Amino acid sequence: MNIYVCIKQVPDTETKIKLNADSSGIDLAGIKWIMSTYDEFAVEEALRLRDKNPGSTVTVLSAGPARVVDSIRTALAMGADNGIHIDLPETADNNMAAKALAGALKKETKIDIVFTGKEALDDGAAQVSQLIAEYLDAACATVVLGTEYSGSSVKVRREVEGGAIEVIEAPFPVVVAAQKGLNEPRYASLPNIMKAKKKEVKALKAADVGISDSDQKLRFKNFQLPPPKQAGKKIAGDPAAQAKELARLLHEEAKVV
Amino acid sequence: MAKVFVIAEHRDGRLKKSTFELLGASAAAGNETHAILLGDGVAELAKELAHYGAQKVHLIQDAALKLYSSEAYTKAITPVLKSASPDIVLASHTPTGRDFMPRVAARLGVGLASDCTQLAFEGSKIKARRPVYAGKATVEVEFLGAGPQLATVRANALGAPKPDTSRTAEILNVTADLSGLKTKVIEVVKGASGRPDVTEASIVVSGGRSLKSADNFKMIEEMADVLGAAVGASRAAVDAGYRPHRDQVGQTGKVVSPALYIACGISGAIQHLAGMRTSKVIVAINTDAEAPIFQVADYGVVGDIFAVVPALTQELKKLKEH
Repeated sequence: MNIYVCIKQVPDTETKIKLNADSSGIDLAGIKWIMSTYDEFAVEEALRLRDKNPGSTVTVLSAGPARVVDSIRTALAMGADNGIHIDLPETADNNMAAKALAGALKKETKIDIVFTGKEALDDGAAQVSQLIAEYLDAACATVVLGTEYSGSSVKVRREVEGGAIEVIEAPFPVVVAAQKGLNEPRYASLPNIMKAKKKEVKALKAADVGISDSDQKLRFKNFQLPPPKQAGKKIAGDPAAQAKELARLLHEEAKVV
Repeated sequence: MAKVFVIAEHRDGRLKKSTFELLGASAAAGNETHAILLGDGVAELAKELAHYGAQKVHLIQDAALKLYSSEAYTKAITPVLKSASPDIVLASHTPTGRDFMPRVAARLGVGLASDCTQLAFEGSKIKARRPVYAGKATVEVEFLGAGPQLATVRANALGAPKPDTSRTAEILNVTADLSGLKTKVIEVVKGASGRPDVTEASIVVSGGRSLKSADNFKMIEEMADVLGAAVGASRAAVDAGYRPHRDQVGQTGKVVSPALYIACGISGAIQHLAGMRTSKVIVAINTDAEAPIFQVADYGVVGDIFAVVPALTQELKKLKEH
């Protein structure tokens, strides 16, 4: 089985975001970069599927500047077999990234299944999985909590809303976007981290996968930090008095209840 | 003035409030406002779309649209948009909207601004702003190239419009070719709670690890039910197994902007604040007066949640009974 995982490198969630001098982006200095959290579930799912199907391989792809190779190495250390890095500018949008990933996948001889995270922790757009599926003319299932494989299809459980679960069946090739809860991602062991350093990461340029400037459809600009909040009202008294005053303020002043 | 298409969303026979927000905002700006309504046996809903501002409703009914499927929606919507050439296409950033809209964007060859929290109409264009890094910053979205501008808009971002029941819409029946679909929707298993989803509710009551057990979340649920609110949770409470992950608010959970967010026993880690700081009114109840949650709270109560929360529920119940 030919299994692929598309991952994105993002700032660690502890990062305090600062803007650059002209507010055209964030200040990248001092950021600790990690594999986006949901992608860890995607990698884990790929490894488990491979291990149940002898002879299968897991290839990890990421599109972005040179630094993203570190996150590909993280996935290799978790146990993926090989990697592909597509060099894209820092400012590439979802469409360009998805088209580049799909372009690299199209160079492969056969694709059975592509795993991704359900969204990335930086832009939170939740677009790339569906866009890859469109560009590959593949089936797609997003926000996946459970999988049941049979032959060349998969039945997935998707989280929809209010706790509802949608069950859909999709034939290979399929893009499956993982939600937290799909599995428990493993940690990379030290020997595997050492081994990962020797695994191959193929380097592709944007032009190799048919990407040009016109594939960028959106640009983020005029970055702003959230305005500082005014100090709120502290409500004093015993719990009964606090509750009574708070209910009154929510009703009369804030008018939200 | 712009030609605006809104993709209507409904579940269990009822239109979503978030759809009304989109129609209301477009109509209020004086746009030519269309709705696309998809389903099976949903014609009746078109009237209500008109009340909120749809002048034309493109009605696509097919047995294959009885249950939502991103593939069927994409296949049904795209030809309508291609032939109508709107300036702007809007859907809600709900589990449904965020699922199919990227696919529609790909088929139209245009960009999609996801999860917009601010949206204004300027001539035939939109000016949109959205959060990045789960709300630690926001950005303006610039559309490059030609073609319609697509956006999904976060629920509660545009404010609830008032319906005008005298308005009617022209209904245009559209036939969709839904043959050759790859995916098959087998079933939808309903959630047990009956409460609104945390991303769509106008009030969210959240609990943290200080609740100490899954059982103690009953007091959060009781307050939520008095308010018609959703129940949320901090990552710490989810990791402790008190609530399912779908309730988690924060950077690795759901990002919400309700009219009222009540944080009970949540200290306010940076990832949690990122997920709820755009809420319009924030209440924090916590024993620790130094907890970071108080920095974003409009109303702060330093006190024991086990005493304050039940007392507040009783007070709110009294208000509701008046």
